Amino acid sequence: MAEPLLRVEKLVRRFGGIIATDNVSLDVAAGELHAIIGPNGAGKTTLISQLTGHLEPHSGSVSLGGRDITYLPAHRRCALGLARSFQITSLLLDFTAADNVALAAQAHAGTSFRFFADARKEKGLRDAAHAALDRVGLLHRADVVVSRLSHGERRELELAVALASKPKLLLLDEPMAGLGVTESQRMVKLLQELRKEVSIVLVEHDMPAVFALADRITVLVYGRVIASGDPAAIRANEDVKRAYLGDQHVVTHHG
Amino acid sequence: MKNLTVSKAVTALMLAGLVLLPLYSQASGNVFILTLFTRIVILALAAASLNLIMGFGGMMSFGHAAYLGIGGYAVGMLAQEGVGSGFIQFPVALAASALYALVIGALSLRTRGVYFIMITLAFAQMAYYVASGLARYGGDDGLTVYKRSDFSGLINLGNRTQFYYLCLACLFGVLFLIWRIVNSRFGLVVQGLRSNEQRMQAIGFPAKRYQLVCFVISGTMCGLAGALLANNTDFVSPAVMYWTRSGDLMVMVILGGMGTLFGPVVGAVVFLLLEEFLSQITEYWALIMGPLLLLIVLFGRGGIMGLLGRFNRG
Repeated sequence: MAEPLLRVEKLVRRFGGIIATDNVSLDVAAGELHAIIGPNGAGKTTLISQLTGHLEPHSGSVSLGGRDITYLPAHRRCALGLARSFQITSLLLDFTAADNVALAAQAHAGTSFRFFADARKEKGLRDAAHAALDRVGLLHRADVVVSRLSHGERRELELAVALASKPKLLLLDEPMAGLGVTESQRMVKLLQELRKEVSIVLVEHDMPAVFALADRITVLVYGRVIASGDPAAIRANEDVKRAYLGDQHVVTHHG
Repeated sequence: MKNLTVSKAVTALMLAGLVLLPLYSQASGNVFILTLFTRIVILALAAASLNLIMGFGGMMSFGHAAYLGIGGYAVGMLAQEGVGSGFIQFPVALAASALYALVIGALSLRTRGVYFIMITLAFAQMAYYVASGLARYGGDDGLTVYKRSDFSGLINLGNRTQFYYLCLACLFGVLFLIWRIVNSRFGLVVQGLRSNEQRMQAIGFPAKRYQLVCFVISGTMCGLAGALLANNTDFVSPAVMYWTRSGDLMVMVILGGMGTLFGPVVGAVVFLLLEEFLSQITEYWALIMGPLLLLIVLFGRGGIMGLLGRFNRG
């Protein structure tokens, strides 16, 4: 079997007495859209943070393309082809949309210790920024300062920023959070397009979206993986049903 | 004429005034005003260098006056030891400032926010006490510079007008560099880090490296101001490094407009002119200056440049 793009093995992370990530193992194959779901407090964001390098695990390992990245700082992981979007939009608010994306492109196009030439006139960076903005349908808003963009537009911009670094793997932390119905539909459509180009790990609460998009789904409850499989298998899984019906006792007992 | 804004017009007028000032001084025979403005131009340079890290980089350094002292002592100590050439004194002043900035920056940038302010302040106070302890170089009393830096006839620093133009050229040169830097790749990264450090790390920029380099550039620029200041006063003492001086520089930047290219120059001109004229009226001039600053900071977010900018929209 081919080496998976992302391999997570026996990851453990505790916060005081709470085990937020409890022996989590999962593989993401190249080209796959792998969704991670679970009720509130299941440890999804904690898991993502360990994948991106914002949080260190207490034990276990993460490898990307066969390379161990468990303790690599965030900016180095990014250079290896890992990009993320934030659950709570995290952008440069006083920069324009185009500047936000161009900076991401710049991080992957040679040294940034250049002190004299006007970076906003670098055609390569501007073109990359405009291409990424066009990809998410924001090209017409390129020169608008981010603090003047709507919430939905900011979520799309998050995606454009992640895309501009030409990642191998995209980690999306609740890209639909706070979106209206039409905005959500647009986002699902957009992700349908993007998945053809890049492998994606998607953390999301919006179940219809997850089942429409995912190749495989991993279900987390109380930090533990209780099921992993294709959407049909997950839909039929008794433990998952119970978890989402709120019968947590049975699930934890069982798992 | 769409691009002719009030703030641009004021800036242009002010710059033209600075360039033409020696002519006025000569015509009117008013020597004092030239001396005063030489000091203003030098401190504007220092404020502009502080603005690079504070306004553009978001690094609130409360120890920027240390570089004024380091640049000044480099000139004074070399002069005392018989090295009078400006071609040696100035490079040494810049190198010493850069080195100090490198060490202090590497240590201070481990912290953020209030701690960064406090640690830069603490280091500057250390520099102050070290200078006070230099018995050979005057200690507390300071060090008289008997001969200004000698540039082998290229330019005579003893001549008021020539010295003024040298200072002005340095100011314009530094402003030009800052303008290029803030629009360069490097400058965008530094400003991005000010805006959202977590995001910049996530797209692949290691924060500290960029901030440290910015810190060193800023310190070196301020060291130049220090070397000029020592020549201007023919004297350097620990007092130039005292924390209130660092505070003055911060006030100039905030007063003029943080993160704008010409804000610190406007701030320095207004601050020092106010100080000069209010202190002629009353010895309690700080009582008037204080509330004035308060008003501008309270009602003019973005300082004077911010206030001027509002005229266009209003």
